[in-house]
Amino acid sequence: MTMNDTQQLTRGALWFRALAGESTSKAPVWSGDAALGDETARFVSVVPDADNRFPRATDNVVGLEQGWLLGRAVRDAIAQDANAAKKRPIVAIVDVKSQAYGYREEMLGVHLACAAGVDAYATARDAGHPVIALIVGPAMSGAFLAHGYQANRILALDAPGTLVHAMGKEAAARVTRRTVDELDKLGETIVPMSYSIASFAKLGLLDTLIGDVDADAPSGAHIERVRGILADSVRDARADKSRGLSHRLESETAHKTRAASIEVRRRLAAQWDAA
Amino acid sequence: MNSAVLQAAAPVLADSFIELPARERVRALLDPGTFRELLGPFDRIESPWLPLQGIVCQADDGAVIARGTIDGEPAVVAALESAFQGGSIGEVSGSKLAGALELALRDCERGRIVRPVVLFETGGVRLQEANLGLAVIAEMQAAIVALRRYVPVVGVIAGMVGCFGGMSLAAALCSHLVVTKQGRLGMNGPEVIEQEAGIDELDSSDKRRIWQLIGGEQRAATGLADSLVDDDVQAVRTAVVDAFARGVPKAHRSEQVDAYLARLAAIDPQTVTPDTMRAVFGADASAQIKE
Repeated sequence: MTMNDTQQLTRGALWFRALAGESTSKAPVWSGDAALGDETARFVSVVPDADNRFPRATDNVVGLEQGWLLGRAVRDAIAQDANAAKKRPIVAIVDVKSQAYGYREEMLGVHLACAAGVDAYATARDAGHPVIALIVGPAMSGAFLAHGYQANRILALDAPGTLVHAMGKEAAARVTRRTVDELDKLGETIVPMSYSIASFAKLGLLDTLIGDVDADAPSGAHIERVRGILADSVRDARADKSRGLSHRLESETAHKTRAASIEVRRRLAAQWDAA
Repeated sequence: MNSAVLQAAAPVLADSFIELPARERVRALLDPGTFRELLGPFDRIESPWLPLQGIVCQADDGAVIARGTIDGEPAVVAALESAFQGGSIGEVSGSKLAGALELALRDCERGRIVRPVVLFETGGVRLQEANLGLAVIAEMQAAIVALRRYVPVVGVIAGMVGCFGGMSLAAALCSHLVVTKQGRLGMNGPEVIEQEAGIDELDSSDKRRIWQLIGGEQRAATGLADSLVDDDVQAVRTAVVDAFARGVPKAHRSEQVDAYLARLAAIDPQTVTPDTMRAVFGADASAQIKE
């Protein structure tokens, strides 16, 4: 870590350095291999890129280049392990504020660029790579779909600033014609609307909420603990019989909060073949 | 023309596809007499979250799933009803789509090919169910990527709502996209861009500019959609049948990392327009890169 940029490091950059060291690729997508447990894992993170050619995508957002470069970072690991019996784990370090909002972005297909990220992570998972998402900051909407939401296992730091949501609070308030206060109040009773990571954990989608870690200035011990939990998650993912996402509906939490998701599938299956 | 097509054409003349509600769109794409709805309105699986917010539910949660055949082959067609909550993805409507695709995948894995079609007419996540909407979209996407290995996944964006938000990524993962001039495909709606980036970035009231940007004609001309058809039941149906006849593409659009990075490198972000973009992303350019 160079001295002059430590203060400006985003969480996504800071945790990449902490877990994987120096990136082998330039911003806006950092990627590289580093030890995890007794093997080597591919780490991937989206970081700010002040000089990006697309002025709406200079922050830690997923824009045109970010989406396709996520695809490249992940597919590169898939290709390298094409003939390997044991596929390397892929860790998505998630700190993405949003997708890039812009005229050029829409024109040039930011939806497809983000889909390239989805595709690569899903393909990696289907190929047998344990894919782990580690949420260290915001995991917002389409950006999270592109970078992390296809993972076998999802972990998050229980720290201020980590959250998963479909739309920023102010924009969501506008669209649903509510005030931000009303939205916060609703989030207390309507779990999927909440902006807190603790509420997200109640949806059965989060495998581990990692407490007692300083997300902005982690100690060596904090980093080692996170590394240990990542390695456990890799083991856990490898033990899964299914390579799909059915694991997300299996927990006790999911049975409680996502009862409708489970019921829809059960009844669809019963009606699938004509009587 | 096969006999199924001729039969379908008989009852209505020069029929608009766009004017049909979701259920009738699905019926129109399946071979005549084969439509069998799953989890229909009488099953009454409604959103558990809307009543808590004083919002009236719909008995099918705005999603229609039906089995039947397309060109004689087993199929499942899923559609979103834009008249209910803008076709938005809630826990139930999204799970219906994801579940249907997962069952099609299960059958394909067992050697029984099921042709999947998704009719996208959606603004994306239903914000009243926020995180669960986003979660089921991820599950739907997982199913599309897995299913594509066995059978083309065909998407249709007919209009008038179009396809936005996380669902635009699902559409982009499809093997083949059928669009009309009235269909729009974009990640962020024009209003959202204006709000987030300012009116200088995009004036959402400039409808002509928006159609030129994300309308079906432009998407087809730039290889981001595959078939541009008229707003006509027969035309949509024929395009869907043709898409399956073409089979699974060698490389799906969302897999073509190097080709698309090369295209982005070839444009100048400062000066690019929907028109000049066509020279780099146009059908001819796509054909070269696909080979």
